[in-house]
Amino acid sequence: MTPKMFFIYFAVAMTFMSVMVITRRNPVHSALWMIGLFFHIAAMYLFLNAEFLAAVQIILYAGAIMVLFLFVIMMLNIREEVVAERFIGEWPIGVALGIAIMSMIIYAISKLEPGPSGEYTIEAVQKITHTKAIGSILYTQYIFPFEIASLVLLIAVVGAIVLAKKR
Amino acid sequence: MVPLSWYIGLSAVLFGIGVIGFLVRRNVLIMLMSIELMLNSVNVSLIAFSHYLQDLRGQVLVFFIITVAAAEAAIGLAILVSLVRNKSAALHTDEITEMKG
Repeated sequence: MTPKMFFIYFAVAMTFMSVMVITRRNPVHSALWMIGLFFHIAAMYLFLNAEFLAAVQIILYAGAIMVLFLFVIMMLNIREEVVAERFIGEWPIGVALGIAIMSMIIYAISKLEPGPSGEYTIEAVQKITHTKAIGSILYTQYIFPFEIASLVLLIAVVGAIVLAKKR
Repeated sequence: MVPLSWYIGLSAVLFGIGVIGFLVRRNVLIMLMSIELMLNSVNVSLIAFSHYLQDLRGQVLVFFIITVAAAEAAIGLAILVSLVRNKSAALHTDEITEMKG
């Protein structure tokens, strides 16, 4: 019973926060709601026995990406933004498309049949600790994708500097 | 025990809100935040699957998605900064018309 209560709290809070993110007039408020949402998502990861990813979620999303957003918001002048129209003129079409996608996924859930279970049960992961278990997969089976991820980050760093450079 | 379908349902709802935010907002910053919202909802569903199917590959995938999200945010914000620098008040999508012949 208690896990379900917790899940319902998290589901309601996350839905509320994401609605707040997309409806606020001021981008700073949106970013702050987003940080709250990321903390809730991290708590949900803890709930699902993914401690390492919960830490990464807080450090990377709430700590790095949202701070990047806040820096850019404060660099730009948002004063006229606060009085301008928030939504595009065709907003009912957008809402209808979003609800269509949402209901399609929810319909697909009812047809969901879980595949075969893997070897990493909760007990097995707890025995070798979660970080070590993830690392042993990441650096053996997924070593090439890992290298490609480092290349993606390198391109992002170079691209961001080239794009935002004063000329 | 919370059923798996609840997590996937929550993820679908968050993804839908992200899609709506991306489609209806005029502000480029909030559109970028909606993209982050969509990526996060996918992460929630991947971690739920990886927990219920007792396989860690979903979590490795989440790791890569977080990497790509960081790269995407950096590039998107750099494009936004250079747009605003070239033309004042280009924070709205319908005001970005430099590519029009």
